[in-house]
Amino acid sequence: MIKRVTSPVLLIMFMIVLWEVSTRVLEIPKWILPAPTNILLEAYENWSNYEHHIYATVKLATIGFFASITIGFVIAMILHLLPKWKEALYPLLIVSQNIPIIVLAPLLVIWFGFGITPKLLIIILVCFFPIAVATIDGLKQTSPELIHYMKMAGANKKQIFLKLELPYALPAIFSGLKISATYSVMGAVISEWLGANEGIGVYMTLASSSFRTDRVFVAILFIMLLCFVYFTIILLLERHFLKWRREEHQ
Amino acid sequence: MSTLDIKQVSKQFGDKQILNKLDLEVHEGEFVALLGPSGSGKSTIFHMIGGLFTPDEGSIYIDNKEITGKRGSISYMPQTPSLFPWRTILDNVLLSQEINGKPDKQKAIKMLERAGLIDYQHAFPHQLSGGMRQRVAFVRSLLSPQSFICLDEPFSALDELTRLDMQNWLLSIWEEERPSVLFVTHNIEEAIYLSDRIVVLGEQEKRIIHEQEVPFKRPRKESITLTEEFLASKKNIYKKLRRISHV
Repeated sequence: MIKRVTSPVLLIMFMIVLWEVSTRVLEIPKWILPAPTNILLEAYENWSNYEHHIYATVKLATIGFFASITIGFVIAMILHLLPKWKEALYPLLIVSQNIPIIVLAPLLVIWFGFGITPKLLIIILVCFFPIAVATIDGLKQTSPELIHYMKMAGANKKQIFLKLELPYALPAIFSGLKISATYSVMGAVISEWLGANEGIGVYMTLASSSFRTDRVFVAILFIMLLCFVYFTIILLLERHFLKWRREEHQ
Repeated sequence: MSTLDIKQVSKQFGDKQILNKLDLEVHEGEFVALLGPSGSGKSTIFHMIGGLFTPDEGSIYIDNKEITGKRGSISYMPQTPSLFPWRTILDNVLLSQEINGKPDKQKAIKMLERAGLIDYQHAFPHQLSGGMRQRVAFVRSLLSPQSFICLDEPFSALDELTRLDMQNWLLSIWEEERPSVLFVTHNIEEAIYLSDRIVVLGEQEKRIIHEQEVPFKRPRKESITLTEEFLASKKNIYKKLRRISHV
């Protein structure tokens, strides 16, 4: 475990040091590329100025993520339980992922105003897909041997789904959740660019238009941190629910 | 208390006749071995008893109640253990009860104890050997609320020595519990060693072509497999299976 953590940490440290040294030696102006120490100093000193932006994004991303889980899951269930719908719906799902968000975002504002609705829609559009696809694939992969046993033992469709297919799909579902968890933060930030009054996206736009490059980096830093926290939470849940699987691989 | 009665059952898949007016009976507390070459329709019989297929003709009764095309009337043990990898051994053996009603943990623990599996009750299937997993699968079928048990070549994937151990283990458990069993196998010795009666499925006739009682008393010992009588039974069945009139 310790070994697994050391190498990425060492690499990141090396890159930060390189960054710091090169900005100083090459005397790069702060508004083009601030040194890591400048960024950290800004993050520390002005915490109270941008604190509320972070809370807003966390709230938006979390609500969006849960909405995406629900919708992704419902879609997966419909497609799994009603194979005929799958033929009709599946191409539509894929097409939904090809719409450029940048184009769609202003349209959503025209349709739904500046409230939370268009923002949530953007997060859902970005996040439901990995969950839905992973869940459908996971459910499909259920061992035919075990399905056969369940049928012979007299299990009904609901029992087969709840006792067999769903637990069987859990590892796949968790892969989907991990991808979506990180996307949800990005989705939230993008949706805030549309026109919000708070959030990391707003803070970022303000910072870049006033050439406060150090603040842009503060925003990036917090986006990364949030992604990391979300990912870790899902990872811990996965470890808890798939304990049998980890032991199997050892 | 359970009996099986299959009456004049026929089944066709496309143009291929699988079973043709098959009759088969298993009496209360009887252990019947169903012998037949692979592809003779043994599994199809099971699938019909299990209600996965409906026969084209004929009917199937359990305890004199018609179950033709109805699922969930038997307790089933497949060829592979088919345990759920995320369930502990205890939760796995409780599965058949969960499907058909309320699980009885006390009974399950008692049965695991008798089967020599109690130390593994909290282990996961992957931590057990192949033979152990098959034992768990058998305990699961014993705990099933349906009392008629169908065993589908349960030891065919095991190596010879493990197989012998498993046969002895199965006998010891079965002789205490005495459920009615239909046991499918393609191993003649296994059929003689375990069962009360052997029925042979004819590949061309698509029905039972031979039936014989097994003369050995219970409880049985491994040594009977080396007696003249055992060999004579084996010869007789072999002849029927290979359609040789005199050896």
